[in-house]
Amino acid sequence: MDPHSGLTAGAAGIAVATYTASDSISPGRRIWQRFKRNRLGYWSFIIFMVIFIFSLGAELIANDRPLVVRYDGHWYFPIVKDYPETTFGGDFQSNTNYLDPYIVKHLTSGNNFAIVTPNRYHYDTLNYFAKVPNPARPSTTNWLGTDVYGRDIFSRLLYGFRVSVLFGIALTISGTVLGILAGAVQGYFGGRTDLIGQRLVEIWSSLPDLYLLIIFASIFEPTLFLLFILLSLFGWLGLSDYVRGEFLRNRSLDYVRAARTMGLSHWQVIWRHVLPNSLTPLITFLPFRMSAAILALTSLDFLGLGVPPPTPSLGELLYEGKNNLDAWWISISTFTVLVVTLLLLTFMGDALRNALDKKLSDASLSGGGK
Amino acid sequence: MLSIENLSIRFGDTFAVKDLSLQVSAGERVALVGESGSGKSVTALSILKLVGSAQTSGRIMLAGSDILKKSEPELRRLRGRDVAMIFQEPMTALNPLFTIGQQIGESLRLHEGLDRRDAHARGIQLLARTGIPEPERRINSFPHQLSGGQRQRAMIAMALACRPKLLLADEPTTALDVTVRKQIIELLLELQEEEAAARGMAILLITHDLNLVRRFAQRVAVMEKGVLVESAPTEQLFTAPQHPYTKRLLDSEPQRDIEPVPRNAKPVLEVSGLAVDYHKPAVGWRQMFKKNSFRALHDINFELRRGETLGVVGESGSGKSTLASAVLGLQYASEGEIHIDGRALAGLHTSKQKRALYAQMQVVFQDPYGSLSPRMTIEQVIGEGLAMHRPDMDATARRARIVELLQEVGLPGNVLQRYPHEFSGGQRQRIAIARALAVEPEMLVLDEPTSALDVSIQQQVLRLLTRLQKKYNLSYLFITHDLAVMRAMAHRVMVMKDGRVIESGATEDIMSAPSHPYTRALLEASMLS
Repeated sequence: MDPHSGLTAGAAGIAVATYTASDSISPGRRIWQRFKRNRLGYWSFIIFMVIFIFSLGAELIANDRPLVVRYDGHWYFPIVKDYPETTFGGDFQSNTNYLDPYIVKHLTSGNNFAIVTPNRYHYDTLNYFAKVPNPARPSTTNWLGTDVYGRDIFSRLLYGFRVSVLFGIALTISGTVLGILAGAVQGYFGGRTDLIGQRLVEIWSSLPDLYLLIIFASIFEPTLFLLFILLSLFGWLGLSDYVRGEFLRNRSLDYVRAARTMGLSHWQVIWRHVLPNSLTPLITFLPFRMSAAILALTSLDFLGLGVPPPTPSLGELLYEGKNNLDAWWISISTFTVLVVTLLLLTFMGDALRNALDKKLSDASLSGGGK
Repeated sequence: MLSIENLSIRFGDTFAVKDLSLQVSAGERVALVGESGSGKSVTALSILKLVGSAQTSGRIMLAGSDILKKSEPELRRLRGRDVAMIFQEPMTALNPLFTIGQQIGESLRLHEGLDRRDAHARGIQLLARTGIPEPERRINSFPHQLSGGQRQRAMIAMALACRPKLLLADEPTTALDVTVRKQIIELLLELQEEEAAARGMAILLITHDLNLVRRFAQRVAVMEKGVLVESAPTEQLFTAPQHPYTKRLLDSEPQRDIEPVPRNAKPVLEVSGLAVDYHKPAVGWRQMFKKNSFRALHDINFELRRGETLGVVGESGSGKSTLASAVLGLQYASEGEIHIDGRALAGLHTSKQKRALYAQMQVVFQDPYGSLSPRMTIEQVIGEGLAMHRPDMDATARRARIVELLQEVGLPGNVLQRYPHEFSGGQRQRIAIARALAVEPEMLVLDEPTSALDVSIQQQVLRLLTRLQKKYNLSYLFITHDLAVMRAMAHRVMVMKDGRVIESGATEDIMSAPSHPYTRALLEASMLS
């Protein structure tokens, strides 16, 4: 060893020691910390997650079946199991209607009891024992009123929100995966692959997707799954351009070239080196893509091209609200839910974009200088 | 004429410049020298009050009035007329949407009230004065139509348009090739002498290049971390530096400390008849169906022996980086053969063989900021090659090896979980070297490994490379444009121009008796003492 290397090691040691005070954080965690610093976006995220988690447990909140029943010394779990009415002293072999005053009387007599959900209606429950005509105004039994068929609006909104968000997430994931795949192949290999890929993308994107949807909706029974497939087929196009651009830029960077001289295969280079450094625009788009997906489903449902009844859906509720303008509780509550959902997603997206902003992060990284 | 008194510039809590005092008298050439982050550019910008978001204190007196107290309209009248500036990168300093003539004419019309036709005529004069051929035609050119040197000349013409009292030159030659660099410096010298005699124009040159300072400046001020540590007439500073930092800077000329290659050393890399073609971008649809290519490398032949450093010298566009890519297998070679350890690179088909061969040859790139993936920890960066080429190692052994490698390149072992952004340029370059060494190669391709580093750091990295070469008997293919580095590092030199090798031989021979006129020009331009 020459005498200088000790010296330089010492100098490096001093320089590094200054970093130990603030523990080393990964770029991902740094983005999360910056995201948290944006109050609006952070709280939007928290509120959205809370609502979403609640909606995932919708069966425990809005259901026409009790959670647990104690009847004649036996335990029953109607929420997961069907019991014929005869079990609880009824006359028929059919499934128990727990809203039937006769059954309610049996379940509450003596030592019997039933633990019920806060809202007594499932999204498709028709209350045959309602005392007011439908659509009914908001009341203590139907918190946000009922629609023309007598179905509880709160319950339909809760389930509809869940369907929308899950659909949005699924569509975002499928669009992102397809977009990354298409963009990565074009951007990384470039040249002829890129040229042909771009032309195919252009042809594909010029297909009229709305007409296709209408045609398919008239040929097949419209289901959520069919809608998902059809929307996925076109959802990746915009994203793949961004991925392609990022890959084109990143593939010529020195660390990618160094990885290739290391003998890594193309897929290893893409997966470990190019992709992680190309994710920024993708992550920025995620909340916006999700709100776009939710809006797409809502509009299709509103037009009657979406999910079949009685699937709970925000678009279908809006349609009903439009047809029953005097039943203001339908349109106003649905509108509120839709606006709040989209606003929360937009705030999150905005905060995420700021957290990922290259200029801001670079300035905070380099700490002055040139 | 210019007098900076107790200037301090603060960004938040950090001082960029601290208590700086500096005088420039009329007709004087002063150089402000320092490494990156020393605050020299901020000082220059503050003379034009162009530093945004900084708290400034002290006084900057220009011809008797304090610039820092001037209002924005007053400053606008001052900028370009009394004080003009030349920037480092003329491509970004010139507006790509306007012709050179429009940009020169702008300040003339603004400050001297000339009309369009007079401004045009003056522009032609100025361009002719700065040595641009065919100024009548060139005045209507857009920046991208000019070469780097011509752009810098146009910048100088712009700066001189309103006959400033003070010219600030911020690294005016750093982005240029050595031969062009010399021409620009000579031009600046000549113009200054002329203007100084007529109007007493002074130049404040901001640079890190000591050769340039010695040739150009009458007085030198040295800055370190925002503090002016020494200021003296040029000769005095170079012959008898007072401050230890100045001594260190002057001492940072790379020292030759390499061992001769044994006569019987076997060749590691043999290249014969290598040629590389680039596909030219197609213009119009007709061209899309034609083969349209441009030959970037012509018939390159050389061999590199074990423990030897072969220096590849050339200016930008000479094909030296293409050569590196072709040798590394990153660029498809249209003709010729590359043999590594006697095996042909092209003849390999199975990925296993390829991997084994790649392990013999690793690379260190120029840009320390681009060569490490920002999303990988140091352990992942260095461990990747190990995991690939040494499957026999388990996680513990691998980690031990990584720590060993880090110590080898002069970094402590406790940085494993850190990310590249936490390291300085020199440290990142060490990490890149550790990554290259991880797979125990016989040969390293060094593509301008020290060009982006400050002189003192550059020297440390060069010493590290020399030490590693001795210890592991490594072969280096050392690509650089810096002849001082080349002289210190290379056993043999290959001079490249326009994709061809024009001269090659032992370093001492080439340095002392170059046979090709281009090599002579290169040597002379690089102003080696």
